[in-house]
Order: sequence, then C-alpha cells, then structure tokens
Amino acid sequence: MNQKNNHPRINVGITDKKLSADYSIKFVTNNSSGAISTFLGNTRDNNLGRTVKFLEYEAYETMADMKLYEIANDMLSKWQISKVSIQHRIGHVSLGETSLVVAVSSKHRKEAFSACEYAINRIKEIVPIWKKEYYDDGEIWIGSQTGVEFSPIKKDI
Amino acid sequence: MISVHVKPFARYREIISKNMIIMELPKSSSVSDLLADLILKFPELKPYEGIMVVAINYEYQEHNYVLRDDDEVALIPPVSGGK
Repeated sequence: MNQKNNHPRINVGITDKKLSADYSIKFVTNNSSGAISTFLGNTRDNNLGRTVKFLEYEAYETMADMKLYEIANDMLSKWQISKVSIQHRIGHVSLGETSLVVAVSSKHRKEAFSACEYAINRIKEIVPIWKKEYYDDGEIWIGSQTGVEFSPIKKDI
Repeated sequence: MISVHVKPFARYREIISKNMIIMELPKSSSVSDLLADLILKFPELKPYEGIMVVAINYEYQEHNYVLRDDDEVALIPPVSGGK
C-alpha cells in the first residue's frame, strides 16, 4: 500500500522537525534534469485581518503520508518529470517558518512548474492535515478558505 | 454487532475530547448510521452532519458506505487552507 520507501523517484514525508528545502532539492537533482521548481509554504503573521502569533499543524499521519505519495505518483504519470520531493511539517510552527516544501525536477522548466503547482493545489484538497491559527484573543481551525465545498471524493481524478 | 474505531481530527477531536473512540453498531450499518449515533453522544457535531467527510481504512468514502467489523473511521474536517 505504501511504497514510498522503495520508489527511486519519489520522496515524501511528514515531520515535526524544521524543514530543509536543500534536502528536497538534493533529492530531485540529477544530471539529466535542467530544471528544478520549488515551492515553500511559509507561516505568516496575518490572516483575515487578524494578527497571528503562531500555528499548530495536525495530521492523520498514516493517511497523509499515503496521500502525499499518491499525489507524487500522479505527478509522475501526468508530466514528463524526473523526481518529486514533498515534505510537510506538523506541530508548532513559528511565524516565517516553512510548513511545506515541494521540489520537482524535469528536463525543461515548463513541466516542473506545472507539476509543482498541481502538487500544492492537490495537497490542499486531499491530504488530511489541518492548521490552527493562534491570536492574542483566541484560536481558529482554518478550513477551506476558497469558499468551495470540501469534497475530496468528487475531486478525485 | 460490529465495532469500529473512530478517529476524530482537529475541530471534531476537540468536540469528542478523545483521539479515538470505539463505537458498536448492528451489522450492515452505514457511515450515516454511525454519524447519527455519534451526534446523539456528541450533539455539538450536529451542525457538521451533512458536510462531514470520512475516510475508512485511509480512503475517502461516501456516507452510504457499509461498515465492517474493525474498520478505522476517520472524521475529516476541511483540510488546512492557504491560497
């Protein structure tokens, strides 16, 4: 079911440690790829007009891991890309720190850009990870901010 | 009877105040039946009844899914946002 440890072109993971973009870039780097696209999702100090102090991420870890792997596998079948690394942080994350790293390598840049954007959108749709924002005067679980009804089953491709 | 392991996350975990609860149900019960029982025990879940997403043994399933003994049922709120 979870083949993430034996697929040479996929590296996904969930950790409560600080993320390193270098780690993901190193994984996807290879001599036949001329392009590497990376995305870092960082925590920011404001949302919907409120000042954020810090964030907490919670995951359904086994399933989140499986869904990250599934997304990486989809990317390999949809685009001519070489390797994919996706790392998500959980637990307490301070402002300005990275909670998500995506790195994709390909022969030419267009494929890496497209696959990278797909990964980020898909992560928000189907990977069971939640964040809670803490303010001076309270805390809120952040759900879909797009106003779109959350329906991962219907969105499965 | 069958018994299923219910794992609530994020907001749902706070309402239920536990990481996991075991629920007993008659054979051939669906996810809808389970949610109805959960709402009786935890009325604060009521507003989420129609929108609650569930995963059975790590795969998303519809509310008409028929549960089996020992299934792991995760109660999944909307996943973390960001644009």
